[in-house]
Amino acid sequence: MERVPILKIGQTLFVSIQIDLQDDTVMRLQEDLADELAATGARGVIIDITAVEIVDSFIGRMLSMIGSISRLFDADTVIVGMRPAVAITLTELGLPLTGVRTALNAEKGLEILNGKS
Amino acid sequence: MDEVQIQSGNDVVRVRQQVRVVAAQNGLSLVDQTKLVTAASELARNTLVHGGGGVAKIEAVKSGNGRAGVKLQFSDEGPGIADIDLALTDGWTTGSGLGLGLSGSRRLVDEFQLNSKPGAGTSVVVVKWSR
Amino acid sequence: MDAGGTGTRMADYLRDHHDKVIGRWSELVTAGVRGRTSLEEVRREFGELYSLIVRVLSNADEHAPGELRAALDELSRGRARDGFTPSETALGVFSLKEAVYELVADAADMVPEFLAFSRMIDDLGLRTFESYSAAREEIISDQATAMLELSTPVVRLWEGIIAVPLVGTLDSARTQLVMEKLLDTLVATGADHAVIDITGVPTVDTEVAQHLLKTVTAARLLGAECTISGIRPQVAQTIVSLGIEFGDIATKASLADALALALRQAGLKVVPAE
Repeated sequence: MERVPILKIGQTLFVSIQIDLQDDTVMRLQEDLADELAATGARGVIIDITAVEIVDSFIGRMLSMIGSISRLFDADTVIVGMRPAVAITLTELGLPLTGVRTALNAEKGLEILNGKS
Repeated sequence: MDEVQIQSGNDVVRVRQQVRVVAAQNGLSLVDQTKLVTAASELARNTLVHGGGGVAKIEAVKSGNGRAGVKLQFSDEGPGIADIDLALTDGWTTGSGLGLGLSGSRRLVDEFQLNSKPGAGTSVVVVKWSR
Repeated sequence: MDAGGTGTRMADYLRDHHDKVIGRWSELVTAGVRGRTSLEEVRREFGELYSLIVRVLSNADEHAPGELRAALDELSRGRARDGFTPSETALGVFSLKEAVYELVADAADMVPEFLAFSRMIDDLGLRTFESYSAAREEIISDQATAMLELSTPVVRLWEGIIAVPLVGTLDSARTQLVMEKLLDTLVATGADHAVIDITGVPTVDTEVAQHLLKTVTAARLLGAECTISGIRPQVAQTIVSLGIEFGDIATKASLADALALALRQAGLKVVPAE
């Protein structure tokens, strides 16, 4: 199974999802992020989904859960780079994507995170 | 027509990829492709998780007035759905989040047909037309 | 189009009386369209059809039926484009029966042949009606798409602020297009604020409100904040009486107010020049 790499830059954890997401990959990511947050005390998580073509309700819920888990470690999560087609589909699907902020790109995502700390 | 066996998470990914290919070949716009593939992902996952595995059929179709479209069928021999109306309302869950799967998918496609009986498996047929 | 004796006899008959029948047919068709086409043009168009009909009747080759169908569809489309009604085209085809009847009226032995022939012509005439409908549907659909595209511009108001002035009803088709254009523009410009102006939307009911809500939700997923402007007084009253809630989406009376809000949120201030 492929694992999504997590980069630490300063107080922020960066995750860039480049692959077609399988269910267990997302669940693994959740676990890995929890481990990293606990180990590093990072204050923010940026998940870049620029390359993600499909976000269904399972993946959407996983992203929300990642947001909630990060919150428990006093960290904020920003999802960046959502494609227009994905945003339109998620809206139609009715998935609320709670627990996370969203931004156009990593740069703006960082602005949000820094604005908050 | 393509047939994909759904027995693992890997297969759900394969279904997505195959649906994407057929949707693109049949003139669906990028947004419509995304909607259809997302619906397929939901339905394929249902087949796997709640139906105990099953099969997906992907077919290119043509409407009465010549429009191209894609028809998907997901069938399993699982426990079936007892209350279909309930299953089609937003936010319904059994255990691990069947949740928005069915009602959400319905909004993403043009035609949606669900047949299911407890003990007799489930079949979902959806169609999305090009514009 | 039957095989064997019945068709071939009629085919021979039509071949033998070629000029007479085509002549009479063309006359009838031209009279039917009241001079909008010349006799010569009709002779040409329908002459081709005539030969194909004869070929099909004589069951000579397997391609004939397909070619006849294609020729009919071609005729239908051309007529549709030129503004003829489908009845006019169909009646034109039907009048071949009249032309042939006038000539076989006295031949009692031709009755079964004529009957079969007549049924065939009926089918052909009906087919022109169907192709006409299909052609019109296509034209209407293309025009609708073109109109939709034209009436959904997305404009840049300021650095980081874009506006979508909506004119006309906001139905689901329009909403899809608005969402796509708005989001694509957000990505292209990196804007973080969008103003959706509904001054030009005649009615705002629950459905329209839901479409607006969807659009705002989608834009927010791309990190943009939205303001809805152009709320007219009557519209405001309708919204409240329908119990529509815009929740945390800012709404303003005019585009100007919305721009001021967006600038404020962007940390900008407009001051008089020195």
